[in-house]
Amino acid sequence: MTQTYDPRAAEPVGSGVTRLDQVVIRIAGDSGDGMQLAGDQFTAEAAAFGNDLATQPSFPAEIRAPQGTLHGVSSFQIQIADFDVLTAGDRPDVLVAMNPAALRANVGDLPRGGILIVNTDEFTKRNLAKAGYDHNPLETADFEDFQVHEIAMATLTAGAVESVGLGRKDAERSKNMFALGVLSWMYGRPLAAIEEFLEQKFAKRPQIAKANILALRAGHNYGETTESFATSFEVAPAALPAGTYRQVTGNTALSYGLLAVAQTSGMEVFLGSYPITPASDILHELSGHKHHGVVTFQAEDEIAAVGAALGASYGGALGVTSTSGPGLALKSEAIGLAVMTELPLLVINVQRGGPSTGLPTKTEQADLLQARFGRNGESPVPVIAPQSPADCFEAALEAARIAITYRTPVILLSDGAIANGSEPWRIPSVAALPPIDPDFAVAPEGESAAGTHQPYARDAETLVRSWAIPGAAGLEHRIGGLEKENGSGNISYTPENHELMTRVRAAKVEGIPVPALEVDDPSDGAEVLLLGWGSSYGPIGEAVRRARLAGYQVARAHLRHLNPLPSNLGEVLGRYRRVLVPEMNLGQLSLLLKAQYDADIQPITKVSGVAFRSDELHEALLAEFAGTLAAHEREKTPASTAAVVVR
Amino acid sequence: MTTVATSGLVGTDLGLTPAARHSALDLVPKAEGKQTARDFASAEEVRWCPGCGDYVILATVKSMLPQLGLKRENIVFISGIGCSSRFPYYLETYGVHSIHGRAPTLATGLSVTRPDLSIWVVTGDGDAMSIGGNHLIHALRRNVNMRVLMFNNRIYGLTKGQYSPTSETGKVTKSTPYGSVDAPFNTMSLTVGAEASFVARALDSDRAGLTEVLLAAAQHRGTAFVEILQDCPIFNDGSFDALRKDDAASHLIHVRHGEPIIFGAEGEYCVVKQGFGLGVAKTVDVAPEDIVVHDAYTDDQAYAYALSRLSEQDLTYSVTGIIRAVSRPTYDDGVRTQVEYAKSVTAQDLQETLNGQHTWTVS
Repeated sequence: MTQTYDPRAAEPVGSGVTRLDQVVIRIAGDSGDGMQLAGDQFTAEAAAFGNDLATQPSFPAEIRAPQGTLHGVSSFQIQIADFDVLTAGDRPDVLVAMNPAALRANVGDLPRGGILIVNTDEFTKRNLAKAGYDHNPLETADFEDFQVHEIAMATLTAGAVESVGLGRKDAERSKNMFALGVLSWMYGRPLAAIEEFLEQKFAKRPQIAKANILALRAGHNYGETTESFATSFEVAPAALPAGTYRQVTGNTALSYGLLAVAQTSGMEVFLGSYPITPASDILHELSGHKHHGVVTFQAEDEIAAVGAALGASYGGALGVTSTSGPGLALKSEAIGLAVMTELPLLVINVQRGGPSTGLPTKTEQADLLQARFGRNGESPVPVIAPQSPADCFEAALEAARIAITYRTPVILLSDGAIANGSEPWRIPSVAALPPIDPDFAVAPEGESAAGTHQPYARDAETLVRSWAIPGAAGLEHRIGGLEKENGSGNISYTPENHELMTRVRAAKVEGIPVPALEVDDPSDGAEVLLLGWGSSYGPIGEAVRRARLAGYQVARAHLRHLNPLPSNLGEVLGRYRRVLVPEMNLGQLSLLLKAQYDADIQPITKVSGVAFRSDELHEALLAEFAGTLAAHEREKTPASTAAVVVR
Repeated sequence: MTTVATSGLVGTDLGLTPAARHSALDLVPKAEGKQTARDFASAEEVRWCPGCGDYVILATVKSMLPQLGLKRENIVFISGIGCSSRFPYYLETYGVHSIHGRAPTLATGLSVTRPDLSIWVVTGDGDAMSIGGNHLIHALRRNVNMRVLMFNNRIYGLTKGQYSPTSETGKVTKSTPYGSVDAPFNTMSLTVGAEASFVARALDSDRAGLTEVLLAAAQHRGTAFVEILQDCPIFNDGSFDALRKDDAASHLIHVRHGEPIIFGAEGEYCVVKQGFGLGVAKTVDVAPEDIVVHDAYTDDQAYAYALSRLSEQDLTYSVTGIIRAVSRPTYDDGVRTQVEYAKSVTAQDLQETLNGQHTWTVS
């Protein structure tokens, strides 16, 4: 992707319009206030306008927490820019708070001088108390540093939609569209596409459609006619690679990848899944695509989901199961069976905060070691991680290709940030996708191999076993979880055979060819390498850009394959004085690297359930150059233990 | 997300027709030549303990399979863990020896994607009703096309003799030296309660009776649950002796559709309505018209449940034969019908799906 990042000061262009290269907007309200819908529509506008963008929703684990409380705050953040953005942004430049709880939960992230738009109608004594305020904070000196716009959104909305004849409560429900109208004016966005969307969405309820459209227009007019806003802003389109784009979330892109696998392999794709946050959207999405050769099965539990997927694979389909960390724990034994039977199986783990139930709606990367080692016995499994929402498409294709070609379970490690985050996706041409060949075994013509077929005979180079599926005459055989005899696949307990088979299974996975790790170092003289994996791709990239602009030489690389690791990794690591590894865990990749390579590995850890901000990583880089990073990392755990409540 | 016109599916025929006309074997390719039991014997050495009831079950299955006339490569046996679960190794068909309790899950995935296979699950009382209890009841309620053969020896054999969920209360085993305080499942009540469409039971040594239920199970479209009462000579020897000794006829209530339920060496006992359920009476004390005539095909579960309650853990009575065989929609047929329906109403190709509704072009 072309790097066109060129930070400029905000620059006035003509009367009342200021040009920006990027802006981060966060809208926050009660979980029933329609914040995600308003965010999605602003996203669609920005995408259609040609900005590059990235989004990150945040919602509570409770479906409808008590109204007006901190537990019920839902928010949506978007960064739009005239260059290729990598994240939804660290901190909002503009915060829209629909009630006191939304203000309290989010204002801490708003930098000094930031724009704060509040819906004052909700700032009643009762609502302030629910949010834990004993006074109206907007009336205090604390807020003097912000550009505060107090708007009675509910009242203005009710007035604007009066002609529709809804009750006051229903009328006020359109206030999210009022807020969207204000934002649309601020950033010079036309309303036509949103109006069209609203008409479609509420086609069966024209009154509601009309109310929403009137509220949207009222918000836009409010921006234009009141003196409240001194300026509107312009963010020019970005120069992205040529192609046709759409907006996509990680879970959707991953689902589409599986549809593509059905097409390119000619195999039926069978998804066995049990509902779990934040993976359920994959089940939802695929269940609507039966016409593309995908079957979905909502199982009675996580184990049945993976068992059914493996059963489907046994029959020559591609079995897929989608889950999150607690579900992966339950599936461990069945994944081991897939290792032993050497059948394709794709296990998608959309990671969330753990252990146990943990933080269902928050993100973490702490299942890496579970994916690598979380089974009994020597149980090698390839592991792949997408780096961004749109990248989930390619990652799913790659994971399926390995599973099918090498007859092995593959674990794909997505996470909550990628799953729900969205970004523009350059839509690939289906016709240009490479085919996947399941290479099913067939008996030699005219001969029956019954009784002599060797299901565990292997390709000399790849060590991949022959795969005969039921229906293949003359190749009848039995497989299972007991140790297999080399070649015949019969039960074998002999020591030499177990030693051989254990090493062969490991060698097969270790020998899967993966692309060499590419390093990005424009200076070609960096001494520090920032090495990441998974969803930290975006924040690492932005932190590195900032560091380079500030004159630091930093190299970066990102791992897609966590098992096997690229064969040049040791050589790459050895080139740098120090390797910094940012991870949303307590240093799991670092542990693997330290065990395997002779390099100076320094983890940068975070386990708050919230993705890295690029400024955090930028600061970590500065600390590294100041020689204080290692000490700072070492202090994190003692600082936590010192803060415990003592009994 | 693509919107599929799902409303069109409500009330559609999901491929279900009465069992008599719609066999589980309709879609399974037939063998060309004549088969024998020997064709189904694998080269693997059979490794059960001497005297194990599994041997006779294996022999019966091997001689039953040729009667189905199916292509051998289109038959799959899937097992869990336990002595019985070694079964697939000894048959020259496709087979999977899976993990403890989970065989019905693998069978479900296979059944949905491969309608051309005859799928058999082999399991035991511990595998099916303890660790795999959840999967068993859900397979039964979904009515997935598979046969479940549960070998019930009322003991954990492979782990060397702990009580199982079908062991009688008070049983002394390695893990219950003072006697088990667990209450056992009534296997028939459990499966009928889980909406089973086919429930049958046979004694391992009764080759004719076992063959009869196996043949019926093979043809049943849906989940066919067959319990096979079987002895473990090492850890639970003689556990079904009450059903094998000279007076066995007065303990075995063998039911046959359309026939009055009369048992005993001389037909001296019969089954009659009693309270809300069924009970046993002396035939001489009962008017012939008051003797219950077995109806395996009635949709009314209450009847099958009442019949199941005649079986007692002390084996005073054990009902055998085909207890219930009704036709109701199967899960895998339903899934395939939906896929076909979706294909017939949605012409969208994959590129159109990926493009979605809103795209923009950068040139």
